[in-house]
Amino acid sequence: MYSIINSIPTELIHIVIGLVAIMAFVGIHVLVLVYAERKGAGHIQRRPGPFEVGPHGILQPLADAGKLIGKQLLRPDHADPILYWMAPVLAVFPVLLLFVPMPFGPVVTVQEVNLGLLLILAFSGISVLSTLLAGWASNNKFGLLGAARAVSQSVAYEIPLLLTVLCIAFQYGSLNLSTIVEAQGSWPWQWNIVCQPLAFLIFLACAFAETNRAPFDLPEAESELTAGFHTEYSGMGFGMFFMAEYANMVVVSGVCTALFLGGWKGPGIDGVWWFMIKVYALLGLFIWVRWTYPRVRFDQLLNINWKWLLPLATLNLLGTIFFMKIF
Amino acid sequence: MSAINKILRPITDLWSLVVGLQITGRNFRRTQVTVHYPRQVIDPEVNASFRGPIKLVENPRAPGKPKCTACMICVSACPSSCITIIKAPAPVITPEEEQAFQDAEARGEEVERPSAPREPILWINDFSLCSLCALCIESCPTKCIEFSHDLYTVRTSRADFNHDLLAPFPNALRPETPAAAAAKEI
Amino acid sequence: MAYEEFGLTEGDFYSRNFQKGMREDTMILNLGPQHPATHGVLRVIVELDGEYVIRAEPVIGYLHRMHEKMAEGRTITQYLPNMGRVDYGHALGWNGALVGAVERLAGFEVPERAEYIRVITTELNRITSHLLWWGAFTLDLGAITPIMYAFDDREQMLDILQMATGSRLTHSSFRFGGVCTDLSDRFIETCKAFVPHMRDRLPMYRGLVTDNVILRKRLEGVGIFDADLCRRYGASGPVVRGSGIDYDVRRAEPYSVYDRFDWKVPVYPAGDSMARYLVRMDEMEQSLNIIEQALASLPAGKIMMPKAPKVTWALPKGESYFATEGARGKVGVHLVSDGGKFPYKIKLRSPCYCNLSAFAEAARGLLLADALAILGSLDLVIPEIDR
Repeated sequence: MYSIINSIPTELIHIVIGLVAIMAFVGIHVLVLVYAERKGAGHIQRRPGPFEVGPHGILQPLADAGKLIGKQLLRPDHADPILYWMAPVLAVFPVLLLFVPMPFGPVVTVQEVNLGLLLILAFSGISVLSTLLAGWASNNKFGLLGAARAVSQSVAYEIPLLLTVLCIAFQYGSLNLSTIVEAQGSWPWQWNIVCQPLAFLIFLACAFAETNRAPFDLPEAESELTAGFHTEYSGMGFGMFFMAEYANMVVVSGVCTALFLGGWKGPGIDGVWWFMIKVYALLGLFIWVRWTYPRVRFDQLLNINWKWLLPLATLNLLGTIFFMKIF
Repeated sequence: MSAINKILRPITDLWSLVVGLQITGRNFRRTQVTVHYPRQVIDPEVNASFRGPIKLVENPRAPGKPKCTACMICVSACPSSCITIIKAPAPVITPEEEQAFQDAEARGEEVERPSAPREPILWINDFSLCSLCALCIESCPTKCIEFSHDLYTVRTSRADFNHDLLAPFPNALRPETPAAAAAKEI
Repeated sequence: MAYEEFGLTEGDFYSRNFQKGMREDTMILNLGPQHPATHGVLRVIVELDGEYVIRAEPVIGYLHRMHEKMAEGRTITQYLPNMGRVDYGHALGWNGALVGAVERLAGFEVPERAEYIRVITTELNRITSHLLWWGAFTLDLGAITPIMYAFDDREQMLDILQMATGSRLTHSSFRFGGVCTDLSDRFIETCKAFVPHMRDRLPMYRGLVTDNVILRKRLEGVGIFDADLCRRYGASGPVVRGSGIDYDVRRAEPYSVYDRFDWKVPVYPAGDSMARYLVRMDEMEQSLNIIEQALASLPAGKIMMPKAPKVTWALPKGESYFATEGARGKVGVHLVSDGGKFPYKIKLRSPCYCNLSAFAEAARGLLLADALAILGSLDLVIPEIDR
C-alpha cells in the first residue's frame, strides 16, 4: 500500500489536493459573492436585500443553491441532448483550472507555472465555447442571439486584454504571475497601477466584458433577450452558468490584483489576506457598477472595443516597449 | 472650438459615469426606506385615509345591531354585484295565533299583525368582486355602510373573501331557515 | 387559405400572416406576450436579419376587457369606477375625461374648489405615472436601480394621493359635478412639503440616468418619429411633443382650471427617444409647478354641486366628446346617449393605441435593442391599448 502511494508522483498529489481546494474555494466564494451582490444591490437601492433566511439573510445563498439543485432539469424538445448538457459543464470546469496558477500568497499557489498568464488567457477562451454551445444547442431564438453576441463580444475583447497583459509581461520579462507579484513592492506607489494606469483601466473594461457583467451583459440582456443564452436552462443547468460567472469574476479580479495591485503584497505583513482584500475590493467595484449603469448597445459595445480600447492598448504597448528600450 | 469640444467630450462622458457611481454610493450609505412587513407595519395614520373593505355602522339606538334596514338599494347600486343581503322574514304565524287575530278582527278590534323586522339576517360582501367604488356607501339612505381602513386583506382561500358584515354585531338577527343558510354558501 | 400555399401550417393567425413575406436568411421572433420588455401582454412579432429589425408588427388584444361594451349595460354612475381600471398609470386622467364628457352633456356646473382638487390630484397622478414609466424604461435599458429610487418617491406620492382619493392605484375620486372627498389639512400640508422634496430629487435623477453617457448613446438619434409620422398615426402626448409639435390638450383646448396657472409645455424638436424622455422629465417639473400654484390659490367652498346625480341617474339624450391630457397623451371619451337608462355607446380614445401604431414604421431597420428602447420610450400601458 505504502509503495503504491509512494509511486504516485508528489506533483500529482499536490495538484489533486490543489484542485479539491480550488473547488471548495470557488464554491465558498460563489456563495459569498451571491450574498454580497444581493446585499449590495439591496443597500444601493435602499432596501435590506435578503433578510429572512438566517440572521440578516446570511443563509440565503445556501437556500438558493438548495432550490436550484432541487429543481427539475428540463430539456426542450428540439434541443441537442449532448451539447445541451455539455455546455454548463464546459462553463464550470475550465474556470476551476484558471485558479491553478493563481498566486494567492508567497507560497500559496496550486502550481507554479512559468506560463501562468498564458494558461489563464487560454482557458478563459473556453468559456466562450460553452456560451456558444448553450445558445446553439437549446434551439431557442433568444438563446441563439445571446450566443452570437457572446462570441463576438468575447473574441473582440480578448485582444485589448491580451495587449494590456503583454505590457506587464514585457515590463518584467515573465509570464509567471508569482514573478510579476514578486517584482512589485509593498506600498501602493510601487504597484503596477501607478506606472500603467491606462493598461489598468483597459484591463478593467475588458474584464467587465469578458465576464459578461453589466454594463456589458449583452449575452444575457434580460430586457431584450429574456435570459439570452441560458433561457432554456433550469435548475442546476442555470446554476452552473451562474457559478461560472461568479467564479470568472473572482479569476479576473485575481489576475488584475496580481498584475496591477501588487498581489499578496501590501503595507505591513505580506500574505494571502492582502490578496483577498484586493480581490474583494475589485469584486465590490463589479457589483457597484452593475447596479448603477444601463446596458450598452451591441454595436456600441464593439465600437468601444475596436475604436477606443484596441488603439489605446496598442499605443500603450508601444509606449511601454519604447520606455523599456530607453531606460 | 469644435475640435476642443471633440477632445473634451469623451472626458465629460466618462465623468458622467463617475457621477453615477457617486450617486449610488451615496445612497448605499443612507438608511433603508422599506418596511419589513411582518415585523414592522406602516404608520397607522397613513392607513386612516385608506378605503378598505366595507363594513356596517352600528345602530346608535340599538347597540349590537347594524343600522342597516335591508332596503336593498346598495345591492342594486353595486356595479360588480358583490353584495348579498337577505331581509329578515316575517315571523311565522301559527294557526292558533291566526285564529286569535281573526277572532279579534271579528270583534272589531284593531289588530296589529307582526311584520317583518326591517333588518338583514345576512349581509355578505364578496370582496373578490368588490372594486371599492363607494357607490353603495354613497347611495345608502341610512348611511349605514362605510369603508374600513383595513390594509391587510390577504387571505388564502376564495371562501375567505365572502366577508360576513354582520359578524361584528352580537345582537344582529341571524338566519335560521335552511334557505338563508343556503344563500350563505354563495 | 392563402397562407397554406406557402406551406405554413404552424402558428396562429398573426404569425402565419406575418411569415408570408419572409426572406430566406431572416428569423421571426415573437417578443411577448410574455416578455420582460413589453410590460404586460403586448406581443410584437419581428423579423430579424441578424440583430436588425426588418419588419415589426404589434399584436394587441391579450388584455381586452370590453370596457366600452360594459358601459352599455350599466348606468353611467356605475360605469365611472371602470375608468380607474382602463389605465392603471394615470387613472385620474381617464376619470377626468368621462366626468368631463358627462358634465358637458348634462350641463353641470362644477364648484371651483372641486376643479382645483381635480387638477391637483390629476397632476400628482401624472407624476406618479411618469415615475413608473421612468423606472420601467431604465429597467428596459438594463439599469435596475433607478426604478427603486423612483418608487421611493412614488410611494410617498401615493400616500398623499390616498388621502384625497382613498386608493393607491385605481383612483376613482371624481364624481359628476365634483369630487368625492375634500382635501384634508394633512393633505395640503404633506403635499406642500413634498413639492420641494421632489424638486430636490430631480437633479439626482438627472445625474444618475439622464446625463449618463451610456443612456444618452442608447437614446440619442434612435427611433426618430418625425412630425409627419406622428400626424399620420394620430400620436399624442409626450410622443408628439418630443417631435416638435406643440400640442397639449391642457393648452390647446383648455379644460378645468388649467388656464389659470403659469406653466410651460415642454417641446423638443429632435423626435428621438431622448426627446420623448426629456419631455417627460420636464413635465414632472411642470406638474410640480401646477400643483404648487393650485395649492397656493385653492379656493374655499363646496366640492360637489347641489343635486348631484344618483346611481340611477340617466343621461340626457345627446352626444358629447371630452378630451383630457393623460400622462401618455390625449385621452378622449365620446359619449352617446339615447336618453335611456344606460348610455347608448361610449368610445374611449386611448393615446397608447395610436402611439403604438407608429412603432412598426419607426422600428424598421433598427437594432433589436433599439426597437425595445422605442417601445419603452412610448410609455405603453397595455390595458389602456386593449381597453
